[in-house]
Amino acid sequence: MASYQFDGIIVGAGGAGLMAALQASKSGKIAVLSKLYPTRSHTGTAQGGIGAALGNLEEDHWEWHMFDTVKGGDYLVDQDAAEVMCREAVDTVYELEHMGLPFSRNPNGTIAQRPFGGHTREYGKGPVRRACYAADRTGHMILQTVYQQCIKQGVTFFDEYHVVDLLVSNGAACGVVAIEIATGELHTFHAKAVMFATGGSGRMYKITSNALTLTGDGMAVVYRRGVPLQDMEFFQFHPTGIYKMGILITEGARGEGGILRNSTGERFMERYAPTLKDLAPRDMVSRAISIELREGRGIGPQKDYVHLDLTHLDPKVIHEKLPDITDFVETYLGIDPVKAPIPIQPTAHYAMGGIPTNFDSEVVIDEKRTPMPGLYAAGECACVSVHGANRLGTNSLVDIIVFGRRGGKALGEFVKKAAFQPMPPDPERPTRERMARLMEGQGTESVKAIRDQMQAEMMDKASVFRVESDLTKVLEILKGLRDRYGRVRLQDRGRKFNMELLEAFELDHLLELSQVTAAGALARKESRGAHSREDFPKRDDANFLKHTLAFKKGADVELRYKPVSITRFQPQERKY
Amino acid sequence: MQVHFKILRFDPETAAEPHWESYEVEMEPTDRVLDGLEAIKGLRDGTLSLRRSCAHGICGSDAMLINGQNRLACKVLVKNVKQPITIEPMRGFKVLKDLVVDMSGFFAKYRSIMPYLVENSERPDKERLQSPHDRERFDDTTKCILCGACTTSCPSFWSNPDYVGPAAIVQAHRFIFDSRDQGKEERLKVLNTQDGVWRCRTIFNCVEACPRGINVTRAIGEVKKAIARGKT
Repeated sequence: MASYQFDGIIVGAGGAGLMAALQASKSGKIAVLSKLYPTRSHTGTAQGGIGAALGNLEEDHWEWHMFDTVKGGDYLVDQDAAEVMCREAVDTVYELEHMGLPFSRNPNGTIAQRPFGGHTREYGKGPVRRACYAADRTGHMILQTVYQQCIKQGVTFFDEYHVVDLLVSNGAACGVVAIEIATGELHTFHAKAVMFATGGSGRMYKITSNALTLTGDGMAVVYRRGVPLQDMEFFQFHPTGIYKMGILITEGARGEGGILRNSTGERFMERYAPTLKDLAPRDMVSRAISIELREGRGIGPQKDYVHLDLTHLDPKVIHEKLPDITDFVETYLGIDPVKAPIPIQPTAHYAMGGIPTNFDSEVVIDEKRTPMPGLYAAGECACVSVHGANRLGTNSLVDIIVFGRRGGKALGEFVKKAAFQPMPPDPERPTRERMARLMEGQGTESVKAIRDQMQAEMMDKASVFRVESDLTKVLEILKGLRDRYGRVRLQDRGRKFNMELLEAFELDHLLELSQVTAAGALARKESRGAHSREDFPKRDDANFLKHTLAFKKGADVELRYKPVSITRFQPQERKY
Repeated sequence: MQVHFKILRFDPETAAEPHWESYEVEMEPTDRVLDGLEAIKGLRDGTLSLRRSCAHGICGSDAMLINGQNRLACKVLVKNVKQPITIEPMRGFKVLKDLVVDMSGFFAKYRSIMPYLVENSERPDKERLQSPHDRERFDDTTKCILCGACTTSCPSFWSNPDYVGPAAIVQAHRFIFDSRDQGKEERLKVLNTQDGVWRCRTIFNCVEACPRGINVTRAIGEVKKAIARGKT
C-alpha cells in the first residue's frame, strides 16, 4: 500500500483524459490513472470522423453544426453547451492537426471531410461534408496523437491502476482509491481535484460495439458517492454492428455511399427519412432496422439482420477510405465488401447520459447545477449535455476533445488556487471490505453467469424499443441479480493480475448502471431520441422536455429532473 | 464444436516454472480464439489472466503466441487454426502471470525514438497543408497499435534485448517520413546506434506477425536508407 499526493488526478486515458492531462499538467502536478495502457483506450476504435465546420469542401458554419446537434438530440441538448462545442470544434481540429494528427487530405492539402448521419447544410436542407477523417481510423489517430503529446510533455501515468472509489471530504472531491493490477495492492491518491474520463458502459448489453472493459466504472463510482447520473435512459444503438458480434461498421460507410437493404433488396430508409435516407440519425436508422426485422423483412434463416451494401461503390473508395472495416468484414465474416453485402444489426454503442457537468466539465450535482468542488468529468462518462436524447455521429470525438480540453484547463486553474482537503479517516476501508467480500466469499455464484444474464435481459427489455411491462420486469430481474452478486465466489484468490477480481468490480458497476437506465426509462413516459416507448410513441414536451437526475438511495434509485437550456432553437417536430 | 486449448500457465505466487493446462470448450466455428479464452476464464478456471479490451484488433492488448505464431487472439477464428490450439505469452518479455507480460521495456523503447511530431516553426491559424501524396508516404506506419507482436517475433530482439526493436522503428518511421515533422535528424541519430536499426537482419518475422498488415521490414529498410543518405 502506498499513498500519493498530486494536485490533480485524471482517471481514464482515452481522448478526454489525455486532452485534459495536456492542459492541466501545465498548471500543476497531475497524474493520469487508467486500468489499461493508454493506447488500449476505446477512443482508438472510433472510425468515421470528427465533426467540425471547417468548410474545406463546401460552405459550412458552426451554427449549422449546432442546429444539427440540437435536432439530432431531439431537443434535449443543452444549447449553451452545444454552442460551445460546435464553435470550438473548428479550433480543436486545427489543434489536433498541429499536434501531428495524420488526417486524410483533399487534393489541395486541406483536411479531408465527408458526410455523416444527421449533419446537414442550411439547417436540414441536405447532407454536408463535415466529418474530418483519417481513413476509417480517426479515433486511433486521435488517441495516438494525444498520447504522443503527453509523452512529449512528460505527463505522469499510472498504467493499469483500476480506480474503484472516490474520496470526498467537506463536500469536495479529495482523491481516489485504486487497485494496482500488477500487485493487487490498494493505493490512495490524495488530490485537490479529480477528473473522471472513464468512457462508456456498453457492456450492460449483449450485443455491443464497446470494448470488454467499457463497464462504466467512473459513472458508478461517483454515483455510489451520492453524485447523480443524468439521462441514463438514453443509450444509443448504432445501426450497423457486424451481425451477432456487434463490432462497429462506421457510418462513414454510408457517408461514402453505402445503402441499407432488407430481404427484398429494398432501400428501406427512403420510407423512413425521405431527405437524408441512409444518413438519417442513428436512433431513427436503428429503429427502422428493428421495424424491418419485426415485420419479417430481415435476412437469414432467423430473419434477424439486414444488409449494408457497398458493392456499388468504386473498390478504390472502399480500399482507401474504409480499409479497417474491410479488414473486419473479411476477418470475421469472410466477406469481401467489394463483392458482397455485409450482414448487420443494431449494436449498443454510446451512453448519451452520464455524470452531469457544465461546459467547463465541472460536475454539477443538483437541479440548480451546483458544482461539486474539485470534481470534474469529461467524455462519454460525462453528460454536458451536448448529445441530448441521441448523439450524432462524429460528435463523440468532438465532445472528448473540446470538453477534455476545457475540463483540463478548468482543473488546472482550480488546483492553482485550492488547498488540499483533509483525507477522510481510513480512506481505503470501503474498498478493502468490498475486496474482502469478493475474495473470501463462500457463495456459489460466478461473475460470468450474472453478467451474461444481465446483458441478455437488458438487450431484450431495455434496448431499441421499450415498454412498461418489460422495464418493470427487468428492474425485478436486476434486483435478483444484485442479490446473487452478494453470493459471488471468485476462483482466483491471488493478488497479481487478478482479472477475475477486476471483472467482479466491473460487474458491480454495470449492475448499478443497468438499474439506473431501466428506472429512468420506466419513468420517462414518452419517446424521444434513442428512448422509444411503444406505449408512449410520441415526444411529450409538455411533461418531459427535462433532464433526468438519478440519485442512489440505498438499493433504490430516486429520480429528479432539471430543465433543459434552450437558447437559439425552439423544439420542433423532428423529420429528416 | 468442441475446441481443445493448451495454455502455458504461470503463477509467480505459487510456482517457480510455467506448466501446460488443457481445456475443452464448446464454441461456434466463427468464434475468436479470444472468445475461447474468455469462456475458459468464465466457466472453467477464473485464475487465467490475460489482457484484452476492444476484441476486434484495434487496441493491441491481446497479442500472444497462438500455435507458435504471434497473433491477436481477437483476430483469429477457431475454425482457421489447428487443434489443440496452443497459447503462450509473447516471447522475450518477462512473464508476469499466465499470458500477461511486462511491457514496460517495450514502451520505454517506444519513448526513446521521440514518438511525437517535432515542430520548430509557428503553428498556422488553420491546418498545415499536406498533399495526399505526402500523406500517403507514411500511411502504412500510422496503423501501428503497439501490440508488441513484431518485436517479440524478432530473433534479433530475442538474442539482444537492448535492440530497440521493430515496433519502435515503425513508430519512428511514421514521423521521419511525415512532411510536417522537423525532428528527423535527431530521431535518425537515435536509430543510428549499435542497438538501433542496424540490429535488423531482415528476417521478415515482423511482417508475418503484424496484425495490422504493416510492411515492417520495408519501413525499417527505408529508415536504414535515410540514415545512409543522411536525409529523407
